[in-house]
Amino acid sequence: MMIVFYIAAVIAVAATVMTITLTHAVHALLYLIVSLLAVAVIFYTLGAPFAAALEAITYAGAIMVLFVFVVMMLNLGEAAVEQERRWLDRRMWGGPALLAAALLAELVYTFAFGIGPGGPSGGGVSPHAVGAALFGPYLLAVEIAGFLLLAGLVGAYHLGRRRTDAEE
Amino acid sequence: MTNTLPVLESLVLAAVLFALGLICVLVRRNIVFMLMGLEIMLNAAGLAFIAAGARWGSADGQVMFIFILTLAAAEVSVGLALILQMFQRFKTVDVDVLRRMEG
Repeated sequence: MMIVFYIAAVIAVAATVMTITLTHAVHALLYLIVSLLAVAVIFYTLGAPFAAALEAITYAGAIMVLFVFVVMMLNLGEAAVEQERRWLDRRMWGGPALLAAALLAELVYTFAFGIGPGGPSGGGVSPHAVGAALFGPYLLAVEIAGFLLLAGLVGAYHLGRRRTDAEE
Repeated sequence: MTNTLPVLESLVLAAVLFALGLICVLVRRNIVFMLMGLEIMLNAAGLAFIAAGARWGSADGQVMFIFILTLAAAEVSVGLALILQMFQRFKTVDVDVLRRMEG
């Protein structure tokens, strides 16, 4: 299990370094997604399968899709088609694809041999325990998180609308 | 099984990721990259919570991670809406343009 952890840690650090050094936002986002997936694998090795699933679905899925949408919206223009063609270059997606393939190999290895504290054999903290804690002693915090999400929704709607000339 | 959990290494990794995110926020002038740096830092904090929760075999670490996830979602939605507003008004994503806000 330790070798899985170390490989995922190296992938996470390498992908994060690429994220903060690349100049093109979409390329950096690809590496950031790989970094988040590597952290999800690390959560799994730490015996937190529920957090690993949330990391992959919410962070690497939903939040990064928001980023990609906004970066695409900032790039609207007549040069967008040419830019699209350049993004499909192998040099652009080769690095992230290689790192993601390494993570997939780790996942297959872990499942094939049934190892790990978060595996089906038990160990770690189960989603049941997390849910019981979330809606037990932390119920008030869950309500406050709901308020926060509502505020974020209203704020994003207010800020994101296109202002018309009459308002200027 | 519990003593084989890579808790210490996870905390070191969380510190490294947090430092990388901080470098990203401090060095880059593109506001999209600065928001990415914030995401990296929040993620590193979540990793530290998960590692601590795994060390004590407690669900509290994962509960805190879920709250950090909620915070990141709300923060990134408002932040990206602000970026869109900034791009509409100033036609750039360079934060140095916003120096006028000093008043």
